[in-house]
Amino acid sequence: MGHRQILAALALALAPFAPGAAAQVAVRGGVIHTMAGPPIEDGVVLLRDGKIAQIGPRDAVQIPAGFEVLEAAVVTPGLVDARSVVGVAGYYNQKKGDQEQHEDSAAVQPELRALDAYNPREALVHWVRGFGVTTVQTGHAPRELVPGQLFIVKTRSTTADDAAVRPFSAVAATLSNAAKRSDKSSPGTRAKMMSMLRSKLIEAQEYAAARKAADADSPPARDLALEAMCAVLDGDVPMIVTAHRAQDIASALRLTREFRFRLVLDGASEAYLLLDELAAARIPVILHPTMKRASGDAENLSFETAARLSEAGIPFAIKSGYESYVPKTRVILFEAAVAASHGLGFEGALRSVTIDAARILGVEDRVGSLEVGKDGDLALYDGDPFEYTTHCVGTVIEGAVVSRFERGQPVSGPYNPYQKRGR
Amino acid sequence: MILALIASALPALPQPADPPPTAFVGAKIHTVAGPPIEDGTLVVVGSKIVAVGPTADTAPPEGATIVDASGKVIIPGLICTHSHLGGTAGADSSGPIQPDVRVSDSLNVRDSGYRRALAGGLTTLNCMPGSGHLLSGQTAYLKLREATTIEDMFIRDADGAPMGGMKMANGTNSMRGGTFPGTRGRSAALVRKQFIAAQEYAQKIEAAAGDPEKMPNRHIGLEALGEVLSGKRIVHHHTHRHDDIITVLRLADEFDFRVVLHHVSEAWKVADEIAAAGAPCSVIVIDSPGGKLEAVDVAFRTGGVLERAGVNVAFHTDDGITDSRLFLRSAALAVRAGMTRPAALRALTLSGAEMMDLQDRTGSLVAGKDADFAILDGDPFSVYTKILETWVEGERRFDRADPQDRLYAEGGYGATHDQDPYYCCFGDDNQGDQD
Repeated sequence: MGHRQILAALALALAPFAPGAAAQVAVRGGVIHTMAGPPIEDGVVLLRDGKIAQIGPRDAVQIPAGFEVLEAAVVTPGLVDARSVVGVAGYYNQKKGDQEQHEDSAAVQPELRALDAYNPREALVHWVRGFGVTTVQTGHAPRELVPGQLFIVKTRSTTADDAAVRPFSAVAATLSNAAKRSDKSSPGTRAKMMSMLRSKLIEAQEYAAARKAADADSPPARDLALEAMCAVLDGDVPMIVTAHRAQDIASALRLTREFRFRLVLDGASEAYLLLDELAAARIPVILHPTMKRASGDAENLSFETAARLSEAGIPFAIKSGYESYVPKTRVILFEAAVAASHGLGFEGALRSVTIDAARILGVEDRVGSLEVGKDGDLALYDGDPFEYTTHCVGTVIEGAVVSRFERGQPVSGPYNPYQKRGR
Repeated sequence: MILALIASALPALPQPADPPPTAFVGAKIHTVAGPPIEDGTLVVVGSKIVAVGPTADTAPPEGATIVDASGKVIIPGLICTHSHLGGTAGADSSGPIQPDVRVSDSLNVRDSGYRRALAGGLTTLNCMPGSGHLLSGQTAYLKLREATTIEDMFIRDADGAPMGGMKMANGTNSMRGGTFPGTRGRSAALVRKQFIAAQEYAQKIEAAAGDPEKMPNRHIGLEALGEVLSGKRIVHHHTHRHDDIITVLRLADEFDFRVVLHHVSEAWKVADEIAAAGAPCSVIVIDSPGGKLEAVDVAFRTGGVLERAGVNVAFHTDDGITDSRLFLRSAALAVRAGMTRPAALRALTLSGAEMMDLQDRTGSLVAGKDADFAILDGDPFSVYTKILETWVEGERRFDRADPQDRLYAEGGYGATHDQDPYYCCFGDDNQGDQD
């Protein structure tokens, strides 16, 4: 192979990965789960300039000349992970190297932005993308009372700014043992956690009132933490509260009754004990990974909680969450699969990682289902996506093919599709 | 006399005092000893399998309880070669090498983890201390029998002694400084020194030739290592990185001990070398790479790569790293990445038995072996399949139709209330704070 051929091969290999290189792509699927109507048998999705241009049965969709054609047995929307730390937490798990998910200098730091901490080229981002995940809400881990902000990002390897869907999507809070400080500082008890949250929210109310009352020439000094809490009080973003025990879930409900913010419950191992309360308060749930370890605050979790939430009509998504050790991240495709087999069923499980997750995140105008005008984000499989032995054979983000077969391991550097594959 | 010998050589035949036989009729039976039997019958008497074969050729004995198993799938009870269930706590932080410690002295027989393991189809466990030491103590081979004390779960050898291996580890977990090593070179040096001490101790015992006056003072750690040197006790060795794996093989060659390589995240890089050494591998399957430096290259394809290289492969749960209730899933993910189905099922059963010297009693469904098996409602490697029943030595130990058993299978309020496993090597950063 001469130099010119090598260069040509490289160009071909790298083209789909260049930022903004949205090719014109047609995806043929034996079954297309649009999540916006019944599945389409033997269908086609046309992606033009990164958006879905047309979708329908094969004989109703003309594939224009020059379109790259991908084929797969099963096609779904790109998966949406409603709460993760990938990209903020890295796979090496070295505290001073790649762990940006936990700033332990103070218990309440809502001003910490996920956008400033996210590495779009992190190997764990590549890893989940290889299983069809195209959108994640990621950021600070539930290890402090208010550990920081979350943001919503596509799993593309561009900059965080380019890939962001919402640069600031939520303030995270934690009502569990994980929020207790290991030194003698606060909070050290559950009651103190609630007291500190109340105090911060009241401070933010007063800050907003003072800014409103002040004349334009002499506004009060800016406070980034209070500005973030004001965004919660104003309803611009939700507060996503991680709570597993029923008593902590009840505390989160109490807090939102007092301050009228948008509450999204996260983790929620014992949600099955409070189905009526959650349904009455119309609180969406970002449910723990189905295979999360049953220990600590989450010792009473069940494989069947997703099914219980579904039966109760409570909107929910299944997340990858936060892992501090091994595995360093979970994969929502796998977590939804186990929920599917434990009472939730195929349709409910797929919804929990596509359209229902998108709705809880408020990004359903762009992702979560395959409809004309939405982003061209798709996942391709060679069988039932949830079966252990099925492969994710392609992932497409905004019309760009970001993976073409299931990889056995991640790549932290530029991905070379011509590298030796296994043995 | 001759008749008596023949009778005692055929323990599988029902004797007049035996309990009535039970015949499971019409199931698809994966014996692991041969190809699957599409319409099979399994006959159990007491704690043993007395017959297994195609239903057409396997008439249930007279008086047998007939269980209609049509539409069901029967597999051998699963064997986990590496588990931390029961609150395992072996060596403490006083030093890196503690062969005197027996994990069986730490196990809580009432731990709900054992019930969850049964819900996962497991019947046999190798329970072991953690990997924060070069050598963290003696492991315990357990059957998940109904038990009041841990002794009720012991698997005993021909002399009646509880069976177990020796847990060792290399790589970063045991590199903790202080009295522990700080480098890989020092790790291997400390192990060499210890094995030389064990060799010298064994030589003194041999030289004493039974004379109590000449016997060395008893040292229970060196005695246990003597069992390693004699081949009676197998080393179960935590090792991840390719060069650490090779170091284990080097030490096993130098001191001539039997070793099973555990976890082996990077075994796919040195599969031929492992095959040449004849070392079996017990593989962990993890949902994502990383979490620690040694596991960044962990890959679903390890099982298949080792299979093709001719290595004897088992899987393990490392429970609580992965959940025993989902042990079938570990093998299924290996199938996803290229392992054959028969090898993957063997890796959950008979191969694990071989790595614990238990292949003559469990791990496959053949007459004469222990009646350890699980009844499934479908393909063992489908996510949609449920384990319906688990039988240990002829006793039904898990029944999905039983509400209490179902609680352990699915989880829920009160399903888990255990003493925490003791992982002495991991700091607060790595305990109980996942979300």
